[in-house]
Amino acid sequence: MVSPGKPMRLEPRTESGRSIWIVAPLAAIGASFLVAAILALIGGASPFSVFAAVINGAAGTQFAFLETLTRATPLIFTGLAAAVAFRAKLWNIGAEAQLYAGAIMTVVLGTGALPLPGPVVIPMIMAAGVMAGALLLLGPTWLKTRFGVDEVVTTLLLNFVMVLFVSMLLDGVLKDPMGLGWPQSKRVVADATLPKLVQGKRLHLGFVIAIGAALVVWFINARTTFGYEMRAVGFNPRAARFAGIPVNRVMAKTALLSGGLAALAGVSEVAGLKGNLTLDLSPGFGYTGIVVAMLAVLHPIGVIAAAIFVAAMFVGADAMSRTVGVPTYIANVMVATALLTMVTAMLFTRFRLRLS
Amino acid sequence: MDAISMIFEASLWAAAVRIASPLIFATLGELICERAGVLNLGIEGIMTVGAFAGWVTVYSGADLWTGVMVAALAGAAFGLLHGFLTVPLGLSQHVTGIGITLLATSLTYYAYRVAFPEVTSPPKIETFVPLEIPLLSQIPILGEALFRQTPLTYLAFIAVILVAYVLYRTPIGLAVRTVGENPAAVEAQGIDVTWLRLGAVAVGSAFMALGGAFLTMSAFNSFYFDMVNGRGWICIALVVFGSWRPGKALLGAILFAAFDAYQLRLQQLAGAYLPYQVFLMLPYILSILALIAMSRRAGYPRALMIPYRKGER
Amino acid sequence: MSDSSDTSDVVLRLSGITKRFGPLVANDAISLDLHRGEVLALLGENGAGKTTLMNILFGHYVADEGTIEAFGVVLPPGSPKAALARGIGMVHQHFTLADNLTVLDNVVLGTEPLWRARSRHAKARGRLAELSETFGLAVKSDARVADLSVGERQRVEILKALYRDARILILDEPTAVLTPQETEALFATLQKLVERGLAIIFISHKLHEVMAVSRRVIVLRQGRLVAERKTSETDRHDLAELMVGRAIPEPKVEPISLGSVALSLQSVTLEGEGHPRLQDVSLELHGNEIVGIAGVSGNGQGALAEIISGIVAPSGGTVSLFGQPVRHFDPARMVAHGIARIPEDRHAVGVVGDLSLEENVISARYREAPFSRRGLVDWKKVREFATRIIADYDVRCPGPQAATRLLSGGNMQKLILGREMAREPRIILANQPTRGLDIGAVGYVHQQLLKARGNGAGILLISEDLDELLVLSDRVVVMYRGRMSPPIARSDVAIRHLGLMMAGHGFAGQAHAA
Repeated sequence: MVSPGKPMRLEPRTESGRSIWIVAPLAAIGASFLVAAILALIGGASPFSVFAAVINGAAGTQFAFLETLTRATPLIFTGLAAAVAFRAKLWNIGAEAQLYAGAIMTVVLGTGALPLPGPVVIPMIMAAGVMAGALLLLGPTWLKTRFGVDEVVTTLLLNFVMVLFVSMLLDGVLKDPMGLGWPQSKRVVADATLPKLVQGKRLHLGFVIAIGAALVVWFINARTTFGYEMRAVGFNPRAARFAGIPVNRVMAKTALLSGGLAALAGVSEVAGLKGNLTLDLSPGFGYTGIVVAMLAVLHPIGVIAAAIFVAAMFVGADAMSRTVGVPTYIANVMVATALLTMVTAMLFTRFRLRLS
Repeated sequence: MDAISMIFEASLWAAAVRIASPLIFATLGELICERAGVLNLGIEGIMTVGAFAGWVTVYSGADLWTGVMVAALAGAAFGLLHGFLTVPLGLSQHVTGIGITLLATSLTYYAYRVAFPEVTSPPKIETFVPLEIPLLSQIPILGEALFRQTPLTYLAFIAVILVAYVLYRTPIGLAVRTVGENPAAVEAQGIDVTWLRLGAVAVGSAFMALGGAFLTMSAFNSFYFDMVNGRGWICIALVVFGSWRPGKALLGAILFAAFDAYQLRLQQLAGAYLPYQVFLMLPYILSILALIAMSRRAGYPRALMIPYRKGER
Repeated sequence: MSDSSDTSDVVLRLSGITKRFGPLVANDAISLDLHRGEVLALLGENGAGKTTLMNILFGHYVADEGTIEAFGVVLPPGSPKAALARGIGMVHQHFTLADNLTVLDNVVLGTEPLWRARSRHAKARGRLAELSETFGLAVKSDARVADLSVGERQRVEILKALYRDARILILDEPTAVLTPQETEALFATLQKLVERGLAIIFISHKLHEVMAVSRRVIVLRQGRLVAERKTSETDRHDLAELMVGRAIPEPKVEPISLGSVALSLQSVTLEGEGHPRLQDVSLELHGNEIVGIAGVSGNGQGALAEIISGIVAPSGGTVSLFGQPVRHFDPARMVAHGIARIPEDRHAVGVVGDLSLEENVISARYREAPFSRRGLVDWKKVREFATRIIADYDVRCPGPQAATRLLSGGNMQKLILGREMAREPRIILANQPTRGLDIGAVGYVHQQLLKARGNGAGILLISEDLDELLVLSDRVVVMYRGRMSPPIARSDVAIRHLGLMMAGHGFAGQAHAA
């Protein structure tokens, strides 16, 4: 049943389609480029020069490629956060806030409060960040399981509260006295800084930690009872509850994992890249993580690939904008298009289109 | 002036009605979508589209009401996209809605940047001006609050009455209410579920866009990035708070706006003691509290967020 | 029902209707005529294609081949609107009513031009009252549908059709949710309708109802029309064989001596929204025993099943397992106590359709060895277990890693049975275990339940199928409005008496005629 005129209908598949798992991401990428081509024309540039500039800017040089990986790092974390939560049908749209929670903890502990060597202080900061992000998501999750309050709206609203909270801290207790009045925090000390992976480049240890996090999530999904619980609860909470799976506890554990992963994005950005906390720490990494997760069909290893793809679009578009002059927002449009195409394409794992 | 006497100030209530106007439009829009069984998280992006489309139309020389029309049509177009993905295709309304918001917002920003590549100060338009209603505007407090507003605010109030009338007094309204409760009932009576829901989502989205247009054509006179600033999400909370009824939603929007106007004034009064961010947080926190308060007796449409596929029961 | 009209004017003609779902042929070149003033019964097992055929007739589905003529005019395919306009009304098995709206709203919906500026409610109310009066279908037009009983809702469904001047009425399994007395009232209504010249298609798989209500019977089997009979020239045995295609073996229940008390309920109550879902329910279930629970659905069976499954805790009273009172109600604990649970809705509750078979067979045991150790799942052990269940219980499937939602109803139920029986349970809660299954699968389920009874299990069998209850149960209780009757031994049960009890007779302070 597609349109009322019924030229075509969706019929349930009796067998699971396999090829669609490859076709869907390709369709998503194709559609995003198609839309980008139209936008480029509207913007007064040739689509090919735009694409060439984007690809060159994202992967044309070693510098560009490392920059893409640097940008992919927080997206892997927020992508994993969304993938984990969405698998259990916990709609965490608040990765943005959880990211800032992690960033705050990094600044609180990393600017000299803990005079300890790096190998000690960095894990401590990560643990504290994870805890802050995890607890931040626990609230909306509790409201959902206890009162039935839709977590989409609460996590979204908390994003705004969090940004204001950060702004308040940067005007107050966390304000850098040397910051010439700018709302920014003090810089993290050397011991609390994540080392660079390539001398003189911006790519840092956070990227390796992100890959490690993806592997851990993959292991949890594939091998542990917790992974099994998340799947069962996500697909059918009623049946899961009937079987004796503690649905609310699984939700809470999922929230802790998801919130913690999102917070690591904040830790990694502050301790690995920016060095301090500002109000523009995240250009929407939390929201983009949702796209990354969907493009990866919620698979943790796929998240790595999807994050690199999305980061490439953004990094490439930045470079393209400087040379060709088409606004960088073209990358945001491409990413949003990819998301919508992807979820549409995934429909065909369960249905086939029949013309009649 | 102290904190209590401020509550009785006419200017406070005039400001409340002004702040409420975009919320009324967008809340009505979300309410129509949800009454038909479709959650529309595209609201934030659709408001952004409406804000830009209306403003840019006027900026390029058209008159204000043409701008309003264009904003509504642009909103309806994105509504149709959301409707197409969620109704006949039955995709997740959560994910699709977020996708629509991302798409609508980024397309708007792209269009803005293409149209105005290098501007230092945002271009301005001549906006709607307040229109005093003779006699009525002379009523103490109420007159200033209600009858010295811009035409768009009056339109918002008329829209509430219109939507309530259509929902509760006309056959199409009955069909919309029913399709949000049990689409099979609608289909069994010979009405097409797909068209009905698509129509409701398109109309609802047009209202959301009007909420956005109010920002650029009445509240401010220019388009800024991030100007919708979570208002869409607040409207989703207001729909729940208003129990999916237009009248109650209106009341909720005005109460919310009154609180917002009050905190702005309180901020001037108590700003020395508390950081201004605390006051700015209050609307969002209030929305969350409203959701919690209403959760116990939320009479949500039974078929909300459940896709309908013919023959699947 | 008598041959009151012998007119041969055809009001509806189906010619060569064929409908395929993938490899399955749901309807295979079916042709039939319906005459004015008759009740035509469409008889067939679950899955024989009755509902599909009617959904095609009403425009919910589009047939792959064939045409439908109503009053000599071909109906456009796939349009409920056209069917309604040609005077075809349908009462669906699952009512198509909006619970939060009034009766009047439900009836009026779709009967006015959609873009009319104002609904004409006053006029509609008058016409509805007139129809209720004429056909003896009393309903309150301003009541919310949610507040109506099942019987009343069905009346609203019929009124919806009559309000639109239906000349042809299709009733899909209309008695499934009614008490025997409500069923009789429905039959009286149908009689009135045919007297006024309506033509009725009555879909059922219940032989005695078909015999009682119809003038002609058409039998469907595996999508094909296998027989047409005048009701007066056939009997139940004949129809049963036609429907199933072979003689039906009756399960043999061997007499057996009772075991000790396995489950006992003492004055159990459960509060619901506004009214109690269970009131003062007491019952003892022994080993080697099947206790059947009869009753129209929604009279507390669900609440009872939820308590024994551990989904909810009772508000009062005691539930004891093997003499020990249960303190904490929790599904996992109940499973640990040796209770096997076959839930009413296998798709929504019995399995997680999107998980594989092997993931579903461990849903209640995934924390135990050998399936997992220290939080790590041993998928090899899980697969071995799943493979064994698939083989032992003859679950037809592509393999243990296939998605469970792809299974047919019968195979899904076998998987659930296999999962639950694998633990050698001492108590089995079987809630509507055979609903929607074909005869072969029904026989299999019965056989498994009797085997478990022989092995010492106590079985609580909730069913709306009185025949099933009377064949399998050692004792039968009846539930009505949250109360439970004292048990009746099978040898003492009379169907007529059971029917009266299901309508509330004999329940303290609750007696009321249907």
